[in-house]
Amino acid sequence: MLLRHTTPKEIDRKALTINPAKTCQPVGAMYAALGLHGCLPHSHGSQGCCSYHRSTLTRHFKEPVMAATSSFTEGSSVFGGSANLVQSINTIFTVYNPDVIAAHTTCLSETIGDDMTAIIAKAADDGMIPEGKKVIYCNTPSYVGTHVTGYANQVSAFVKFFSKPTLKRKNVVNLVAGWMEPSDMREIKRLAKELEARTIMFPDMSDVLDAPLDGKFQMYPAGGTTITDMEATGDSKFTIGIGPYSTEDACITLENKCKVKFEVIDIPIGLKATDRFIMSLSRHANVPVPDSITLERGRLVDLIADSAKNLYGKRVALWGDPDTLIPLCEFLVSLDMKPVYIVTGTSGKLFDERMSEILKNIPEAKFKCGERADMFLMHQWIKQEGVDLLIGNTYGKYIARDEDTPFVRYGFPIADRPGHNYMPKTGYQGAANLLVQILNAFLDYEDRKCPEEKVEFQL
Amino acid sequence: MGKTKKIELDKFRDAVVGKYPSKIGRKRAKAIVNNDPDNIPQIQANIRTVPGIITQRGCTYAGCKGVVLGPTRDIVNITHGPIGCAFYSWLTRRNQTKPETEMDENFIPYAFSTDMQDSNIVFGGEDKLKQAIREAVELFNPKAVAVFSTCPVGLIGDDVHRVAKQMMEEYDNKINIFGFSCEGYRGVSQSAGHHIANNQLYKHLIGRDDSVKGKFKYRVNLLGEYNIGGDAFVLEEMFEKCGIELVATFSGNSTVNSFENAHTADLSMVMCHRSINYVAEMLETSFGIPWIKVNFIGAGATAKALRKAAAYFDDAELKAKVEEVIAEEMAKVEVARQAVLPKTTGKTAMLFVGGSRAHHYQELFNELGVKTLAAGYEFGHRDDYEGRRVIPTIQIDADSRNIEEIKVSKDQARYKERVSKERIEALEKDVDFEYNEYTGLMADMEKGALVIDDLSHYEMDKLIEMYKPDIFCAGIKEKYVAQKMGVPLKQLHNYDSGGPYAGFKGAINFYNDIAMMMSSSIWKELKAPWEREEVIEAVYAY
Repeated sequence: MLLRHTTPKEIDRKALTINPAKTCQPVGAMYAALGLHGCLPHSHGSQGCCSYHRSTLTRHFKEPVMAATSSFTEGSSVFGGSANLVQSINTIFTVYNPDVIAAHTTCLSETIGDDMTAIIAKAADDGMIPEGKKVIYCNTPSYVGTHVTGYANQVSAFVKFFSKPTLKRKNVVNLVAGWMEPSDMREIKRLAKELEARTIMFPDMSDVLDAPLDGKFQMYPAGGTTITDMEATGDSKFTIGIGPYSTEDACITLENKCKVKFEVIDIPIGLKATDRFIMSLSRHANVPVPDSITLERGRLVDLIADSAKNLYGKRVALWGDPDTLIPLCEFLVSLDMKPVYIVTGTSGKLFDERMSEILKNIPEAKFKCGERADMFLMHQWIKQEGVDLLIGNTYGKYIARDEDTPFVRYGFPIADRPGHNYMPKTGYQGAANLLVQILNAFLDYEDRKCPEEKVEFQL
Repeated sequence: MGKTKKIELDKFRDAVVGKYPSKIGRKRAKAIVNNDPDNIPQIQANIRTVPGIITQRGCTYAGCKGVVLGPTRDIVNITHGPIGCAFYSWLTRRNQTKPETEMDENFIPYAFSTDMQDSNIVFGGEDKLKQAIREAVELFNPKAVAVFSTCPVGLIGDDVHRVAKQMMEEYDNKINIFGFSCEGYRGVSQSAGHHIANNQLYKHLIGRDDSVKGKFKYRVNLLGEYNIGGDAFVLEEMFEKCGIELVATFSGNSTVNSFENAHTADLSMVMCHRSINYVAEMLETSFGIPWIKVNFIGAGATAKALRKAAAYFDDAELKAKVEEVIAEEMAKVEVARQAVLPKTTGKTAMLFVGGSRAHHYQELFNELGVKTLAAGYEFGHRDDYEGRRVIPTIQIDADSRNIEEIKVSKDQARYKERVSKERIEALEKDVDFEYNEYTGLMADMEKGALVIDDLSHYEMDKLIEMYKPDIFCAGIKEKYVAQKMGVPLKQLHNYDSGGPYAGFKGAINFYNDIAMMMSSSIWKELKAPWEREEVIEAVYAY
């Protein structure tokens, strides 16, 4: 057994987190910053933070992830990181020439209390910021919130630093993309195009973290929300935040700054959440839903109906982020499956409320968020009573092997399988992709495990 | 590609330093040298990375918890800090481990963290750390618990060593609990973390068990081998076959007890000099165990290392056995090598990785007929480049002074001279023994080859653009950058999930993997057909 020390006996842990279902803020800020065209993320802290975040993102996306660091030493930790950041800004604009540096703090610079506004102003005074270039920042102390919070903070910073209110409202709907794959963003943009809605998506990692291999390395790939578009978000007539935990802050910031009204919806994972997304966009962009989308939806419904017998009553354990877990559990319930154990390290009342609602007809379901809502706890629950399926990031493979349970990879990071940044799991097509993965996990398991006489030619 | 082109590497430095702000350019110029093995030039190394430079380097915590202590399976390693550091060092190095039985402890698949929140930063985290240790003990009943400090821990003044001591007392000293001041901001790279780890290994683990275990008479330690991709498994099997007892490996596939027992060995064989030379020195000073530099990367280097051990123990039977193993294995190696040589001969490589791998892996490339154009370390010191002879001349700067130097003295009761100085001198002549010596990377590289310390992203970009090597070796952060440019990148931290590459078996794996990478069909498909040739418009005659 790989996780041989995990037993079903729970203790009331107050201090020790084991096998977390979360990581720290800055990696989320770095990820989101890659969704702005021409932007270089900058980690204001020790080298290790930047190195770890770049490595984690690279393992997940199998793409270059460029970011710089303030390379703190003991001296900077004592005297403050001002000199390091000012020098970084000079070095970065001289050597790497981005349009924007998106700095984020770390637990180190936050504990010291570096004043980012003052330091960036100093860099500007010292002539370190060339004409037309920008340095923006967000505060992402690792001891507050999680990677999801860091993502949300970075997206809010885009609004804070770029969105411009003008008196001219445009017939454009902002789509604030929550933490999802580049493929998911691409799929959502495709759906918006199909609806003939005019939209600006931010951040947008498509064509950044799914870039082609063509013999050229692009430090700043073709994709990403342009600064022009980012500025124009203040003129849009409405904003749809896709994923409350990762986008609500940005929506509120934009409303306060530019009076753009907003609605926050779930990431369109599964039938119902996609329905809501289509309805929302149709309503706010004032465009009818074309037949082509009704047909897409119909194909998904058809696939679900064909698959019902393999899904009914199946018990599922999940771990990940609230913005994903909420619509995902809703989807599973709509498939008549039973999400029974759900953990996320990201806390919030909304998660508890939504989960209570979604799981109201599954009395055996247990869910927990926040500190010590970790994969160890979830595994203990599984040891108490097993599940039929695991859905979560790569760290689930150890449980999957120990418990001999089918496993579908979903979330961050996925370090051991390719394809997630190519194949969407949002929209109707994405739901079909996900459903096929779930079915294949069950059916491959069954075909491998059942007695020979039970091997069936047909489904 | 690399067969015919003339490579003028001396143009590189001028081409890149001008890009930097002038002060930084002058600094970087000292870290970029053209090699001369007969008159080794000085290189700047183990110096702060310039803020804003995109560097390969990581932090002290990574070097301590991730590299040195990570591979030991039966210690509960608790990261004291916000959640990130524990998360990123959770199973991300490929240090495999094989518990002897299903009942044996193995905590490697677990991540343990105190998950510090803002209240812990404000009011201190020591109580939470104590409670975390109690919970770890209640759940896992380990024989050892280690506590690793992250950046904010040092700043807020949590004393992990005091907490460790108090907790040991709470458990009547029946559990070995110790801490590491390995905050990420210490030092200039992972290297500081190695040193800090070495110190604590010595203080808290080495020498605690005097029992002489094992079945073979000739007893060695293997230092600086971390069992990436199963390297240590290959070496363990090889030692077993030769009849040499491997007492402790620091730290691939290791256990607490193997460290406690390490002082019962009679020879320390050092692989990665950078990360573990401190332990080697301490074992010699305290217990009289001589250390020699070896390299088990490369079939020829492996044979050489085995012969050193055999010569040291000076036993005809052992020597015969070692020669028998070498002959048997080299026959297989040679078949594999000949099979791939047509695909690899004349190709070029660049290696920028680690504190020893950029040197060691040149052996394997040489065996493949691949020329190394440029190499350098991510966190090496001058001695890793220029040889240990320069150690007395290295200036100790503020960043190095911050790292504890522990006083090690002769253990009067247990010190034992293994071998006389005269005998060592004789061995130096016989087998290039490399006692207390590491001659460094530069001595083994060609005249004119580029040696660059702490390679920046910009420099890598230029290296590939200017010289287009057939293969580039670095880590995960560099991998897809090089590959976008059409150059395959071999990761030498995690082997692209391949390996093992150590020993004779590993050499064969490496030959095949490199041949595969150099002959992959996909590199010919980077351009679409309509980009490669002019599209001829069809004209239809009806």
